[in-house]
Amino acid sequence: MISFVNVVKTFKRSRVLGGVSLEMAKGDRIALVGSNGAGKTTLIRCLLGEYTHDGHVLVDGLSPRANRGAVLARMGFVPQIPPPLKMPVGELIGFAAAVCKSNPKEMVRVIGELGLDFDRIRKLPFVKLSGGMKQKTLIGIALGRPSDILIMDEPAANLDPEARHIFFRLLAARQDDGVMLITSHRLDEVAALVNRVIEMDMGTVALDDRVADSVDMTSRLACVLNMSRADAAFARALSEWGFIGAGTQWTGMINGPDRLRFLGMLSRYTGIIAGLELKESEKCVA
Amino acid sequence: MHAFFRAARLDIFESLRARWFAFYALVFGGIVVLLFVFGLTESRILGFTGLSRLLVTYIQLCVAILPIFVLITTVRSVAGDREAGVFEYMLSLPVGLAAWYWGKMVGRFTVVFLPVFLAMAGAGIWSEFSEIGVPWDLFAVYTGLLISLTWSFLGFGMLISAAARSSDVAQTGAFLLWLVLLLFLDLILLGVMVREQLPLEAVVAIALANPLQSFRTAAILLFDPQLVVLGPAAYVILDDLGRTGYLAFALVWPVALGTAAAGLGYHLFRRGDLP
Repeated sequence: MISFVNVVKTFKRSRVLGGVSLEMAKGDRIALVGSNGAGKTTLIRCLLGEYTHDGHVLVDGLSPRANRGAVLARMGFVPQIPPPLKMPVGELIGFAAAVCKSNPKEMVRVIGELGLDFDRIRKLPFVKLSGGMKQKTLIGIALGRPSDILIMDEPAANLDPEARHIFFRLLAARQDDGVMLITSHRLDEVAALVNRVIEMDMGTVALDDRVADSVDMTSRLACVLNMSRADAAFARALSEWGFIGAGTQWTGMINGPDRLRFLGMLSRYTGIIAGLELKESEKCVA
Repeated sequence: MHAFFRAARLDIFESLRARWFAFYALVFGGIVVLLFVFGLTESRILGFTGLSRLLVTYIQLCVAILPIFVLITTVRSVAGDREAGVFEYMLSLPVGLAAWYWGKMVGRFTVVFLPVFLAMAGAGIWSEFSEIGVPWDLFAVYTGLLISLTWSFLGFGMLISAAARSSDVAQTGAFLLWLVLLLFLDLILLGVMVREQLPLEAVVAIALANPLQSFRTAAILLFDPQLVVLGPAAYVILDDLGRTGYLAFALVWPVALGTAAAGLGYHLFRRGDLP
């Protein structure tokens, strides 16, 4: 479906992509990971037809640069840094829906599912929204249009736990429809969303591997946590995850795809954890 | 075409919300108000009175202010948008590059020209009501000249924005271009004439290739048909082109220059990295 053939990108004398060759097939949910400067964003921009480069990027045989209309109509994109647009949210959605020839109501529906009251924000300048609200709006635009290639740069970074759960559910609904490419600095952020990991380093593919595909993206885990003593920092961290409790006992819900990230957080406090129970409790049908 | 109008509309509304636009509109509106308040329509210079007198001053102020305003706001907005990530997102949507670029230019033209025109039109309407004579034929030619000047500098602005990789570089480039064209109005040409003893026709041709000069000369020609203030250069202009011929040149040349600059900018934009 998507082919990168010996893609080289150089900025002045600095080689950012050094001959990347990749094949992405329908059904691939890819985590594109790597440190800053590894070449993730450059690779995405080549795929979006925004950068000139040596080598070829082809989407079903078409170059995104030469066939912008046909190729980009199939791509939903969520950037890492939302653009500082002064236009009202309603106008942004109107523009995106018009050029994508899609129904703006569908974008509004997704935004609503993510927990944003569209009527309240439709006249607000996009740039004035909070980070999470911007992210939800851009996700709504990307998921609310008929696209079979989804490209997301750190998409869930600013989302609250509830919005993350809905977001994962929305992704689950379309996971086999096409290609999903999610970039992140950290694998634990996106591990549960994907079935393939591509790690980039210094502009080349350092690792390209399949991963176990057993985590249900729509599941939720009930968690009961006992601590040997109360700890203010730990309590703050648990509150951010939406946990309820006080002192040494806490309870809360974890999104299935977030379990690795949650365990990563817990690992910082292993010395004071006296008991931990994680139980799958809910399964949503998208 | 649909995407072109969408892009133009988007740029118009983005500009209308920007602070620079409020300031820009205030400057041109304020100039006209001040000219009225200070009684310029009552004064007389070289035989001009009423709205003609006001238009002479207004057009001189436009030569000084409009080009640098258009250049700086265009490069700040276009190169700034690219730097801030607006292009990265907006150009990930299936909008054609030609529709985006030319739509942006036409949208920008609308917002930079309208305040200048509306201020002048406001003065005309006010004069009509105040029973000060309004030279509508002059008004029409002035409007054409302003369109021409605005379009040419907008074209330069788009070219600089497409060529520069950062808004800082773009702003410096815009300022330098304005400075060079300003110097070419008098200082450099005067030096060339004195030192090199070039044929007068060549010097006049170089001078009139400068859209600032072609605009200014046309503005003078409207009120001074013999171009007395230009001295010997007047003979070259009037003998070779005549009054109508020169006015046609002054209307067409900056538009052609601006379009060529914008076209080159589009070529660079289309061939280079978009964000």
